[in-house]
Order: sequence, then structure tokens, then C-alpha cells
Amino acid sequence: MNHKLELRNVTKTFSTEEGEMMALEDINIEVKPNEFLCIIGPSGCGKTTLLRMIAGLDYPSSGEIILDGDRVSGPSPDRGMVFQEFSLFPWRTVIKNVTFGLEILEVDKHEQYRIAERYRELVGLKGFENRYPYELSGGMKQRVAIARALATDPAILLMDEPFGSVDAQTRNILQEELLEIWKRTKKTVLFVTHSVDEAVYLADRVAVMSARPGCLVKCLDNAIPRPRKRTSVEVNEFRENLLMLLSLERSKACI
Amino acid sequence: MRRPTKEEGLWLVPLIIVLLLWEFIAGYVIKDPLILPRFSAVIFSVYALREVLILDILVSLLHFCIGLALAFAVALPLAIAMGWFRSVFKAIDPIIEIIRPIPPLAWIPLAIIWIGLNHYAAGFIIFIGAFFPILIDSYTGFRDVPRVLVETGNVLGCIGNIKLIRYVALPYALPSVATGTRVGMGVGWMCVVAAEMFGVGNSGLGYRLFQKFYFLHQMDYVVAYMLILGLLALILDRVFRYFVEDKLFRWKKGIVK
Repeated sequence: MNHKLELRNVTKTFSTEEGEMMALEDINIEVKPNEFLCIIGPSGCGKTTLLRMIAGLDYPSSGEIILDGDRVSGPSPDRGMVFQEFSLFPWRTVIKNVTFGLEILEVDKHEQYRIAERYRELVGLKGFENRYPYELSGGMKQRVAIARALATDPAILLMDEPFGSVDAQTRNILQEELLEIWKRTKKTVLFVTHSVDEAVYLADRVAVMSARPGCLVKCLDNAIPRPRKRTSVEVNEFRENLLMLLSLERSKACI
Repeated sequence: MRRPTKEEGLWLVPLIIVLLLWEFIAGYVIKDPLILPRFSAVIFSVYALREVLILDILVSLLHFCIGLALAFAVALPLAIAMGWFRSVFKAIDPIIEIIRPIPPLAWIPLAIIWIGLNHYAAGFIIFIGAFFPILIDSYTGFRDVPRVLVETGNVLGCIGNIKLIRYVALPYALPSVATGTRVGMGVGWMCVVAAEMFGVGNSGLGYRLFQKFYFLHQMDYVVAYMLILGLLALILDRVFRYFVEDKLFRWKKGIVK
């Protein structure tokens, strides 16, 4: 019973003009330390809302979210987040973006740069330290965002479709790099995606969600040994399983 | 292929044409310096007036600086409050929008009664002119901070209005503040003549132009001062752009240009 993160009966309702709308219904997930969990589901299933609630940017209508034994009640640097949109501070250089969280925590200047240097190296951004975000490609921007989220040494890394707006090739490279980072930092990662391929390639476990109301359909363990080959038989079988689950949910939603 | 080097001196050609046309029309068509003094006569006037001109420029710059500094000091905090807090905007905006269309010139009687006939009264008129552009561009900057940047700040521990304004909103809005200040400088400068017209002293570009030269019908002097007013505004704008926009906002390049 040693969970890093626990979601207990998390429910979220929004008030709309037609009355209460159930966005997420009774979500229960337990995440183990150092686990890589992917959350997958059709758009509108509330997977981003779920992640935002864990980040503390949104609040559950009922239920609780517990991280390391403490109830989440607001945003905090112990939950790092990487957004889908490009979220670098455009007025800060790459290195100053990475040190942002440390600056807020009032870490000593030299220490800030030492830490930033480490994460900059980890995400492979050599020679870009003093560039501004507008000079970077989409993939580079997300690398900086990952380094920035890791710099405050969070207990968990939350990623909301972070590679959604980069091209397919860069995406594959970023996925490999992310696994390497995950292996080296031993972080617990929660990764939201709508891409089946991405979930199969990255996750230890895949949580499948359905839409309207958003609820957890099933958690699938992904025991395929790493490094995974994107075209191997096991990967394809797992992908098949996932796709079937998702299309089943879709047909249910249509009825 | 267009080469930028070819465009470099391009502005000179129309300028010379306009000046030659001016000289020709004034000298050979109108032939009356009261209606339109010749360009060469105007240039000669600038030379003839050089001693009093320096003093007038300094006094006008003093009025301008008083007005601009005051406008900036009042507009910026108000812009932060209006841009960042929706309720402040809703509460104050109607008042702003009623006062804003009142021409700075209409404030002259109040300026005289409130402040008296001194440099500060002139500064006040310039303040009225410069204040609104600074305020409006600035609060737009604070209002338009993207949500994702605020939330990124939140998850990195930047929580609470003071920290968010300092670390996220202010740096994001600074280019808008600079744009507003630049526009405000332009409008403020246009108020210089009006601000000095009503006798706040016995020097200043506006004072000399209106109270002395115009009353004596020295139109070549009037036009000379008009040109000086234009030229100074151009210099002020260029200096501002060089030191503030080009140096401070290198990061903005990818976004606007």
C-alpha cells in the first residue's frame, strides 16, 4: 500500500446553461512511485481536467487527490507540469526559463545555475542557453519546458499532451528522450495523450477513459520490456487491445 | 531580389522635392511671406533665433518631462490594477471613458485655477494628453497575459497576485507599456504649444510661437518654430525607440515583427 498518488472518488461537475454537467465521474486511480502512467481517451473525456486537478489548477467537486500522503489543495512546485501549448516565458532566455521556479523558491544564484545546467544537459539543449523562445523549434521549446518542470525537483511530473504540437519524427525522438529522462530522474510521470502509439510506447500502465461523463474504463498493464520496438508483435497486440477498448467506448457513446 | 541598401537613402528624395516645391511656390507663386514664408527664409530664421531657441527648447522639454513623468507615474499603477483585476476594470472604466475624450485644451481653465500660471500648469496639460494612451495600452498588456503563462507560474510556485504581477504579468506587459508611452509621448508633445499658450511663463516653444511671433506676424519665425517642434518630436521618438524598444525587447521580435 505504498502509493505515490491516489485519486479517490474524484468527481467534477461544471455548471452550464442547461444545468449541471458531469465532466468526470468517480475516478479512482493509484499511482506507484516511479511509475509511468499514460491516461488516454477521446477528446472531451476530461483527461486534461483530471491532470489540472492533480496540478492544483482546478478543484474536484468531490473526492480527494492525495500525493505522498497529503491532500492536494492548490498548485505547488512539488508537482511539475508540462502543458500542451508552448508555455515558455517569452521574455526569458532558455536558461532563465529553467531557473524560474528556483528563483521563486529563492534558491541561491549559483545553485540556480548549477541545477539549471544539469537539467539543460539532461534534455540536451547545449548551445541554446541564451536563446529566446521565439528562436527555438517546437521540440526545443518542449525540452526547455520539461527541464523547467524538473528543475524544482517535483515529486511527480504531469504532462498534458506535451508532444501534441510537434511533427511526427520529432515526437518519436522526444518520446525516447523522455524515457531516458524518466529512467535517470526516477520520477513518477502522469502523461495525458490521445495517441495510442504514444501510450503503448511510453507507459508502464495505460488508463483508458471514456467521454460524457468522463470515467475510467480500464487500466491496462504494459509489461512489454524496454527498449520497445514500435513495430514489434507485442506492441502491435497491445495497440490492438487499446484501439478496441477505445472504439468500444466510442460506439457506446453514440448509442 | 530587393536589397535593403538601395532603400536606405530613399526618404531623402521626396523630402528634397517637397522642400524645393515649397521654396518655389512661396517665392514665385504666392510671393507673400505673411501667407507662406520661403523655406530658405525659415532656415535663416532658425539661425537668427539660435540663442532664444535653446532656452525655449529647454523650457518646453521641462514642461514635457513634468507632464510625461506624472502621466507615467499615475497611469502605470492604475493600468496594473485595471488590467489584472477584472473588477477594478469594470468599476473604473466608465469614469476613464468619460474623461478621456475631453480635449487637453479644455483643461486649461482648471489648470490655471488649480495650479496657477507656472511650469506645473503647463505640465498638467501635457499630463492630460499623455496619460490616456499610456493607461490604455498598458492595461491591455496586463489584461492579455495568456492563461497558460499564469498557470505555468502557478505550478512553479509563483502564487498570489503580487508574485504573479512581478514575475509574469509585468514582464509580459512591458512592451505594451512601452508602446503606450511612445504614443503618450507623441500626444503629450502635441499639447506643448497649447500648454504654453496661456501664459505660464515667458519662454518655451509654444509661448514664443503663439504669444510673440504670431502676434507680431513674423510668419517665418512661426514656421521655423513649427519645424523645430516637429524635429524635436522625431528625435525624442527615435531616442526612445533606440534605448527602450530595440534594447529591452529583443525577445519580442518573434512575436510582432
